[in-house]
Amino acid sequence: MTHLPVLQIALPLIAAPLCVLLRHARAVQIFAVLVAWACLGIALALLGAALPGGAISYELGGWPAPLGIEYRVDLANAFVLVVVSALGAVVLPIGPGRRGHAVPPRREYLFYASFLLCMAGLMGVAITGDIFNVFVFLEISSLAAYTLIALGRQRQALRAAFSYLMMGTIGGTFVLIGIGFLYQMTGTLNMADLQRLLPAVQQSRSVHAAFAFLTVGIGIKLAVFPLHQWLPNAYSFAPPAVSAFLASTATKVAYYLLVRLAFGVFGTAYVFGALGLGALLLPLALLAMFVGALAAIYQSDLKRLLAYSSVSQIGYMILGLSFGTATGLTGGLVHIANHALTKGGLFLAVACIVAQTGSSALSDLRGLSRRMPWTFAAIAIGGLGLIGAPGTAGFVSKWYLVLAALSAGRPEVAFAVLLSSLLAGIYVWRVLEAAWFRDPVQSAPRGEAPLRILIPTWVLIGASLYFGVFTEWTAGIAEAAARQLLEGAP
Amino acid sequence: MSDSDSMQRWHLRMREKPVLRIVAKRFIPFVLLFALYVQFHGDYGPGGGFQAGVIFAAGLILYAMIFGREALEKVAPPRAVEIAAALGVLLYTGVGVATMLGGGNFLAYGALDSHDPMHGQHLGILLVEAGVGITVAAVMTAVYFCYAGRGAGE
Repeated sequence: MTHLPVLQIALPLIAAPLCVLLRHARAVQIFAVLVAWACLGIALALLGAALPGGAISYELGGWPAPLGIEYRVDLANAFVLVVVSALGAVVLPIGPGRRGHAVPPRREYLFYASFLLCMAGLMGVAITGDIFNVFVFLEISSLAAYTLIALGRQRQALRAAFSYLMMGTIGGTFVLIGIGFLYQMTGTLNMADLQRLLPAVQQSRSVHAAFAFLTVGIGIKLAVFPLHQWLPNAYSFAPPAVSAFLASTATKVAYYLLVRLAFGVFGTAYVFGALGLGALLLPLALLAMFVGALAAIYQSDLKRLLAYSSVSQIGYMILGLSFGTATGLTGGLVHIANHALTKGGLFLAVACIVAQTGSSALSDLRGLSRRMPWTFAAIAIGGLGLIGAPGTAGFVSKWYLVLAALSAGRPEVAFAVLLSSLLAGIYVWRVLEAAWFRDPVQSAPRGEAPLRILIPTWVLIGASLYFGVFTEWTAGIAEAAARQLLEGAP
Repeated sequence: MSDSDSMQRWHLRMREKPVLRIVAKRFIPFVLLFALYVQFHGDYGPGGGFQAGVIFAAGLILYAMIFGREALEKVAPPRAVEIAAALGVLLYTGVGVATMLGGGNFLAYGALDSHDPMHGQHLGILLVEAGVGITVAAVMTAVYFCYAGRGAGE
């Protein structure tokens, strides 16, 4: 099908207003879930079509590429599309959460509409080959994300959404300013065209400024240390399904965008040679890894702990990028999928706990593993994935990162990766210790979480185990995508 | 809520000001008409759905500020506003689907008319801008409903 690239975006974009018209909570839920799964199907078909190594181009409105908007699917973004749509398809059936949530059932259709819009925005950022289109989709996904976060059942959710909105708007503005500078210097917005035209003007101050604005703007959306302040609140006060989806996709798409700009627009030689982005990102990545993990150790709430762990895991992805080599980039890209599965599964496990106890405080987890063995088995496996224990998906990413550090002649960085894994061990241990080795409190729930949440949790956790052993579809594709990006012909 | 109380008092005060009431009453039709002008002028020059939608909504909001939110709710019920917001997006994307069914790419307006692609271009941009105008006007009004007390659709 020639129209698959645009259907990937148009389908959820059409489905969202249909949700508003349909209105009936149950019908909207079924409809939205079907659409999310259809998106996954399209993404898989696109990945299959991109596997031979070429790029699929789609001209919107029939206008040819440098003038019109072009959707361009190669391995890297087909990979991201599959991750985003898969997480959406698995997470969406959970819905906005039943117990004491802020969305009354008769307004639930707005949750599904926002979720589909967020998916459309995130996939749009990944699929488009037009840099202004990137900004538009970035705003669509961000606006939908603010709404979704504000739906959390605590009052702080509104404040968290608002501070995310402030930070996100600054980030979006920076991205737009950067795009403006690029357009001023080259007169084009098409990424492939930019890559062709930029070398002639790349020593100008405008292009330096464009790169700086874009990097910082995306850095805010990516929550790279020290621009991560919005993340812990946003993830910990959002409804569980939203935390699971955003934690596993939103920052990943921003990471993909940074990678795409570095390799597919500005070019490796300019970014890592002339500007020395690697020397800037490496210390930030290391700081993120350690500060995130240390902060996670001191959290008293499981959701917050996982949110700070995300800051640390984003550090790993940045570290992979900072080397500017194929192995490092493979590690970063494969961590998109591996961390999405692991963290998505963990946040869903939190959704299980919240559904049964109404709380995600560590002190309320005491002895819960006896009442909810399946949920806590999932948390244990997911936790091992965060540490990077062999046999889990996290191990695969760290393997590539350590390899990249060693081949770049930086054994101390490889050591730092291992050391931060130890810190991850400490915060994971705090959760397990509370759940396994304490006596249950009187008010502890009697039973396991409903299957409606437990099954998606185990789908993600199971996938993280599967891809910890069989890496052909994650590391294999990430490796090919990294090579494709580095060769510079997107 | 004290906010909606003060809002109520504001409207009561507004109703006692004959100059405002009469000027608003005379002006609102022209505001709406100007919105339509900007909407359709978008085909030939500066203008288009976004600006037109904002102007149209400004007319509605002016009406609500002078005559009270209840009066506007009679003209534009919140539920209808919500449906209009959704329909506008659907009109836009619907044009895209229609062009795909007509054998072209998404939003390749030429495919709308198999005999005369120019005519298809004209029709396509007209419908897409109409979709933008409807959604922008509806969302602006919904935002006003949210600020002026109850949210749209409640």
